[in-house]
Amino acid sequence: MPNTAERAMGKLTARRGERWLGVLAVGGVAATVAMGLWVTPPDAEEGNVFRIIYLHVPAAWLAYLSFLVVLIGSVAYLVTKRTRWDWLAAASAEVGVLFTGLTLVLGSIWAKPVWGTWWTWDPRLTTTAVLFLIYVGYLAVRKLPDSPARRARWAAVVGIVGFVDVPIVHLSVVWWRSQHQAPALLHVAPRMAPVMAAGLMTGVAAFTILYAYLVTLRLRVGRLEDRAVAEALSPRLGRSAEELMDEAASPQEVRAHG
Amino acid sequence: MTLLRQSWAIAGKDLRIEMRGRYAVGLVLPFAGTLLIAFGLSLGPGRALLQQTAPGLLWLAMLFASVLAFRRSYESEGEDGALEGLLLAPIDKAAVFLGKAAAVTAQLLALAVVVTLLVAGLFGLSLGSQPGAVAGAFVLGTVGLAAIGSLFGVLTESSRAREAVFPLLVLPLATPILVAGVRATSVATSGGTGAGSWLGLLAAFDAVFVAVGTLVFEFLLED
Repeated sequence: MPNTAERAMGKLTARRGERWLGVLAVGGVAATVAMGLWVTPPDAEEGNVFRIIYLHVPAAWLAYLSFLVVLIGSVAYLVTKRTRWDWLAAASAEVGVLFTGLTLVLGSIWAKPVWGTWWTWDPRLTTTAVLFLIYVGYLAVRKLPDSPARRARWAAVVGIVGFVDVPIVHLSVVWWRSQHQAPALLHVAPRMAPVMAAGLMTGVAAFTILYAYLVTLRLRVGRLEDRAVAEALSPRLGRSAEELMDEAASPQEVRAHG
Repeated sequence: MTLLRQSWAIAGKDLRIEMRGRYAVGLVLPFAGTLLIAFGLSLGPGRALLQQTAPGLLWLAMLFASVLAFRRSYESEGEDGALEGLLLAPIDKAAVFLGKAAAVTAQLLALAVVVTLLVAGLFGLSLGSQPGAVAGAFVLGTVGLAAIGSLFGVLTESSRAREAVFPLLVLPLATPILVAGVRATSVATSGGTGAGSWLGLLAAFDAVFVAVGTLVFEFLLED
């Protein structure tokens, strides 16, 4: 099962797959802009401010999706010890922190005119802010260790613990809020006009492709980093860079070489 | 049962180090006291505001002071290659985690008693109505804090640069403890109801993080 997943990852991250993803991501974002700014009408109550939702909701969806991918990469790394899973987790965390930050900023910009304040201690807002901090911590931990294997293991543990923590954070904040008599918050209208729903769906699809594209770019940087290290080491160890990279990719062989 | 015995041995070792070195008494306690005085000064002498914010300040002091306690717990392992010795010892790695967490829990509980008395005195927090619920919040909250701190404390071992990352990592993860601990304390001291569900949340947090820590701790050490 990990092998099929790894092969699919390999296909998507090949140069051809990367180029296609890039074209689709740019097209998708352009379509979202067109839908959000021209095709959809202004909201009956909020007017044009409402349009920020076409970016805010997709960004929030990706914030949570990317940390699910960090969890998957972390668990897969600890099970298989293959470096590509660690690179996947790292790439997803970096892109995830970007989208989480974007979610918070876009939400604030929307909240100012609609709720009359940049920030309220709404459970979703608070959980997202804590999520942001946890994964900033994840990225900080990645900068610490001196060896790549140690970095991968430490980061994987933080990736798992952080993900387990988020639901508990959310639950605690929901209870905390309900004791404080939350002011009635405006929720997204239960029945959205079809054209608005279409705009939202376009945004979600476009951002998801954009996410995949950014992750593949980051994965290539990771591979190049591995290659640079292998090439620097190869004259000293008297072995070819390819050989060293294969070893790093599947640690069983390292043990075989002793 | 060997796991329990091994954890007990580790916890005993850490507590003996504390008994002889008096680090927590000499540094962690004064730090918590300094924080409380600073909180009091920043909020002004108005009794009503201080009483209202006392549960929050109490838990903030616990949270920040506990960071020092965790750091100490692993600092002693960095000296003289003690951690290597611990890793080479024929014991379960999970026992190291459980033992260190138990020792830190004991130290933090002692700290909690002093901090609570200080807050009661300085901020006029009344402990009369439901002392059992307050004590429960501290026991459960301390166990959860100790679990996270003992898990990630190992990252701070042997490097100054790493110590800076530790609070950044631990404080956001401890959000549920802060929220639930403060609410339980404030409900219990003001004579309200509903402290039980907050204690339940703390217990759930403890169960999850003691279990996760026991499972993943070895990955932080394996080299």
